[in-house]
Formats: sequence, C-alpha cells, structure tokens
Amino acid sequence: MSDIAINKPVAMAGPRGKRPRPLFSPRNIMIYGTLFVAAAYYLLPLYVMVVTSLKGMPEIRLGNIFSPPMEITFEPWVKAWATACTGLNCDGLSRGFWNSVRITIPSVVVSIAIASVNGYALANWRFKGSELFFSILVVGAFIPYQVMIYPIVIVLREMGIYGTLTGLIIVHTIFGMPILTLLFRNYFASLPEELFKAARIDGAGFWAIYFQIMLPMALPIFVVAMILQVTGIWNDFLFGVVFTRPEYYPMTVQLNNIVNSVQGVKEYNVNMAATILTGAVPLIVYFVSGRLFVRGIAAGAVKG
Amino acid sequence: MTGQAKAGRPNQLLRNLNAKIASIPMILTAVVIFFGGTLWTVLYSFTNSKLLPRLKFVGFDQYERLWAAPRWVISIENLAIYGFFSLIFSLVIGFVLAALMDQKIRFENTFRTIFLYPFALSFIVTGLVWQWILNPEFGVQSVVRSLGWTSFVFDPLYTPSIVIYGILIAALWQGTGLVMCLMLAGLRGIDEDIWKASRVDGIPTWKTYLLIIIPMMRPVFITTLVIIASGIVKVYDLVVAQTSGGPGIASEVPAKYVYDYMFQAQNLGQGFAASTMMLVTVAIIIVPWAYLEFGGGRKRV
Repeated sequence: MSDIAINKPVAMAGPRGKRPRPLFSPRNIMIYGTLFVAAAYYLLPLYVMVVTSLKGMPEIRLGNIFSPPMEITFEPWVKAWATACTGLNCDGLSRGFWNSVRITIPSVVVSIAIASVNGYALANWRFKGSELFFSILVVGAFIPYQVMIYPIVIVLREMGIYGTLTGLIIVHTIFGMPILTLLFRNYFASLPEELFKAARIDGAGFWAIYFQIMLPMALPIFVVAMILQVTGIWNDFLFGVVFTRPEYYPMTVQLNNIVNSVQGVKEYNVNMAATILTGAVPLIVYFVSGRLFVRGIAAGAVKG
Repeated sequence: MTGQAKAGRPNQLLRNLNAKIASIPMILTAVVIFFGGTLWTVLYSFTNSKLLPRLKFVGFDQYERLWAAPRWVISIENLAIYGFFSLIFSLVIGFVLAALMDQKIRFENTFRTIFLYPFALSFIVTGLVWQWILNPEFGVQSVVRSLGWTSFVFDPLYTPSIVIYGILIAALWQGTGLVMCLMLAGLRGIDEDIWKASRVDGIPTWKTYLLIIIPMMRPVFITTLVIIASGIVKVYDLVVAQTSGGPGIASEVPAKYVYDYMFQAQNLGQGFAASTMMLVTVAIIIVPWAYLEFGGGRKRV
C-alpha cells in the first residue's frame, strides 16, 4: 500500500520531493540569523573568560573586556594554579583541584556501584516493599537539600566522619542515589526478561547474573552515569561547604573564596584563569562525551 | 511454590536475600535520610534550638519570627520574581531555539553543543563569569559608554532593585540549553504526518506550533516545568558566587537564608523553619503534578 503512495508522484511526471530552497531565502536568513545571535550570546562568557585571563592587569584597567589581548601572558594562569590566596594559605587552586579529584573519583565509583546493583535488584529481584522504598527514594529527590543537611551532619558526627572526605563521599553517594538508581532500574527493566530467566534456569544466582550478564550489557549506561556523576560532583558547592573542613575544600569552594575574598586588590585576570581552570574538567567531559552527555541529562527527565 | 510448609514465617525474610542486601543502602537512604531526616527537620522547626538542637517546643514561634524577618521576606520575593521569569523565559527561549533547530538546519550538532555547554559548568563558574561581565567598571556598561553613549547605565549587580535580574541573566545562560534539548526531543517525537496534514490544510507554521504542536507536547512541557521549578527552589551557589546576597540583602534567597542561619548564625531553629518552608514550596509544585501524572486515574498512557 505504501508503495503505491510513494510511487504515485512519479506517475505525475512533475518534480519530485521538496522544492529546493534558495540558501538566502528570508526564511533561512531569519532562522540562521537568530541561531547565530543566540550562539554568540552563549559563547560570549567563554570568550570573555579566556580573553581576560590572558591579559595583564594594566591592560584590563585600560581596555574593554571584549577586546582581544594585545600581549598574551600566561602569568595569571600560573598564579591562579599555584599562588592565589584564600585567607591564610597561598598555594592556589591546585589544592582544591586535588581535593576535588580525591572527592570525585571515589564518590563516582561508590555511588555507581551501589546504584547499579540496586537498580538491578529492583528490576529483576523485586521483594516485598522494594517498590515502596524506591518510591520514597524518587520522591526524596525533589526535597530541597537544605531540609536534610542538618540530620546528615548529626549522623556523620555520630559516626565520627563529619568534616572528612569519607563523609563527603557518603553524602554524594546518598544524593546521587535517586537519579542513578532510576537510570539503572529502567535500563535493566528494558532488557529482555528471557535473558534473565535463561540464566536463572542455568543456575546462576544474584551476583553471577549481575557480573556475567547484566554488567557487560550495561556498559553504555555506566558511561552515562559516570558523565552525570563526574560533572555533578565536580560542580557541587553546597555539600563541599557544609561537610568538609577548609583543608578539604573542593575546587568550586576554593574558587569562590579566591574570587570573592574581600582583602587585597582584585586581580580579574587571575580570577578568570581560576574560573576556567575550575570549569575545565566538566567542559572536557562535555566536549568529549557529546551525545552521551545529552542522554545523561535527559535521563533526569525520564519518568520511572 | 512459596507456600511450602517447611519454609515458614521466619524464612520469609531470608528469601531473595542478596537483593535485600543490595538494597540496604537504598533502604537506609530512603528511610533514614530522606524520610527520617525530613521529619526530624520539620519536628525541630517547632523548637527553640540555637547552637545545638534541643527538643524544647515553642509552637510556631520560629515561623512567626521567620515571616517577620525582612531578610526572609526579601528572599521569598526574590525567589518569586526569579522563579516566575526564569520559568517563562527558559520555556520560551528553550522552545524557540528547539523549534529553530528542528527546521532541518545545517550544523545542528555545533549549535547544540554551543547552547548546552554552559549547563556543564557549575553555578559558581557561571556566577563568577557574569559577575565579571556585569562589572560596572569594566564590563558591558563601560564598553557601551566607551562607544560614546556616556550616560548608559546597566549595573544590575550593584543596584538593589534589579539585582535579581542580573542573577536571572546568568541563570538563563546556564539553564536554557537543557530546556532546548528537552524540547527538541519532544519535537522530534511528534509524528511527521501531523506536519504534512497541517501543510495540506494550509495552516501557517506558527499556527501549527501554537495550536497543534504545543498542546501535543504537554507532557514534555510539564516534565520540563517540574525540572526547572525544583531547580529554582534550590538556587544557592549562583547567588553566593555572583553577589553573596548583596548589595546589602537585596539578592538573598531562601536556600542561603537556611545555610546562614544553620551554620553561621548558629540559630538552628530559624534554619529548620526556613528549610521547612522550602519543603512546603516544593510540595506545592510537586504534589499537583504527581497527582495529575500518577494519581488521577489512568486516562493518559
């Protein structure tokens, strides 16, 4: 039937397909014009950041923020990394960077490990009450963090890990759990059930099925989860401030302290260099991962 | 199978044991932190806890004090203004961009990459960049002035009455890319035949969008709305980075009020009361949505 529909225009000896549009039709000018203006707006801050960080302070005071640097200097970058001051210590952002690394890597590993096993259990090994707990978890994702922060402080204090990296890692695991569990549960539930049943008949148990069948099949979703968590945890500010001591402050907190410190002369070029350095990790993840990043954030919109 | 007499009641707990062990972290998080923690905070918001939480109930005192505090009232006003414009603008901008992207354009991936990259950046980075661009001495204002318009004034971050709009600009820059992506996914989900039918009927494109496509995308709009709205209530880092709540208290937001009272002013009761109010705000948004989506019958599938 559809063949007839497709072949019909051929019979009418006229031109087929859409009328080719001229490149500079008013319609195209409007579409591309709007998109280019919008793109310029989105790119502007990145451009300003880079340009400012490559200028010397005298040039910043004289010129305007949009002009490209007359002489390029990398000094602000060095200073931002190694000697910028926050309060008493002056060892730059590098400390914050390494703290963020030490926070992000274990948090990502632990949260994904727990959530993937959990999502697998919820999808394939339901037990009485499992859906109830899961519902609480998902609803909990909408509760403002501020409501739960203080009880967590108390729990961590009782455990003797308040202010340590371990404590912060646990916090990231807790707040990453709703979205990650949802992600993994939905993914495992979408796999054909026969796969699971066949493995069961062959005598495989909970862990054997997880490690030998589910895990290898779920690699793409693991990558999505990793992107989600790396950017999310790296960009976190609130938990970093609340749950760690100053010597463990992650990069975002330290960046804010450097830029918004009241004492001393403001060095805008150093500030912008520090800002780029902090944004670099998620940006690299974003540009490298491309479509998977979109999939990761869209997962937030997927309903359970 | 399960009703074997041998496997009596006590063994019920041991069935499917591995799955239960695997779910322990989730159960603890859901019950202890999410449920218990929330209850705990609400309960203690009725006490006069200062430096340490104490169970000495004072009724609604903390709430009366909260709503009498100018800083809280300003925070709520700011949240309302910020929330309203943020919702409107992100939906409109996001949808228009998505509609333009959906015209089978060239360089679609490039445009998408450009629109979405701010979303990968933290609010701290966003706030600091826009603090610099909006800096009256060096930023947009000074650039326009140097072009000859010497009386040009664009100084949102240092003008109490409009500071919240300065924050809004930064927030929109960061968040509209996500909305665009969600909308684009929604547009792509619409059947090509709808477009053909409307073209055959000679309906203009804008009218097709307004009267056919947007109503069809209702679920996408609602999901997006919920995502944006729950993000709005949480806004904190952006304000801290961009203005630290200033000038004065002009750009304070509820989340910052909570943090400051809990961890700096050591007035826990106020912090708990304020965070409970935040919870109420979220509930006002979420409950009707959840009801429509999951509760009120299964009319739509």
